Amino acid sequence: MTCVTRILLDVLKPHHPSCLELARAIAAIGEDYRVRLTVNEMDEKTETIQIEVSGQAVDFDAVQAAIKAMGGALHSIDAVDVRGSSAGQAQGGADGSGT
Amino acid sequence: MKPLQLPVFLLRITRSQGILRRYFVVNGFDGALTMLGLITGFLVSGSTELGVVINVCLGAAIALAVSGVSSAYVSETAERLRALKQLEAAMITDLQDSAHGKAVRWVPVLIALVNGSAPLVISLLILTPLWLADAGLVLPLAPLLNAIVVALMLVFLLGVYLGRVAGISWLRSGVRTLALALLTTGLIYLLADS
Repeated sequence: MTCVTRILLDVLKPHHPSCLELARAIAAIGEDYRVRLTVNEMDEKTETIQIEVSGQAVDFDAVQAAIKAMGGALHSIDAVDVRGSSAGQAQGGADGSGT
Repeated sequence: MKPLQLPVFLLRITRSQGILRRYFVVNGFDGALTMLGLITGFLVSGSTELGVVINVCLGAAIALAVSGVSSAYVSETAERLRALKQLEAAMITDLQDSAHGKAVRWVPVLIALVNGSAPLVISLLILTPLWLADAGLVLPLAPLLNAIVVALMLVFLLGVYLGRVAGISWLRSGVRTLALALLTTGLIYLLADS
């Protein structure tokens, strides 16, 4: 049994809903979720953002669904931290694996 | 998301609040001036049975409401679909299941309801004195004059609302729309007399 404690996502989204609304929608999924959202690039109709979600057990599917519901498109998972339950605190870093 | 928050959210992401306001004022104004015109016309024509006046005005109000709902729904659906296709092209992804897809289905309905209900509600308010008089209630003025006063008040209030939206003097804005309504009444009197 493993738990994802942090994911770093590369996302393309329309200007609306705003970054604040998207971050709030993701943070609302879990009680201890912490969301950091950074805008990397702005285009006429879209913006490329980086979303970092951390928590005791991040539900990736729920996060992805929230992004999709808000009109965003997940481009890649750029980093993950995963903890094995038996190990107490193990960490697995990942490298820009595309979805 | 709570049920009442969803329409607000959908209107916000499609930036439709301004359109909603515009439709409300434009069609509300349409409703008020149509009723004002009809009632002034009846007043100029002389004695007409109150029931006839009510039915004619109610018919016009319903026609305005149906026209408002259908025209806004058709045009807004087309506009929203166009905007969604442009966004999908920019995103290179299907947005049908997203909030934007939901907005294409619901925002035209919301706008159509506002566009249709604005003239209907305003018309019904103007017709209220006629209904009260028809029910036997004694009014301070003649029923048609009472209805005209209500119409002028509502037109003034629409002007006040516009003034608040624009952030200018509400009094000036209200007086301006009131002047338009008075001009309409004056024109009807003038043409009917001639």
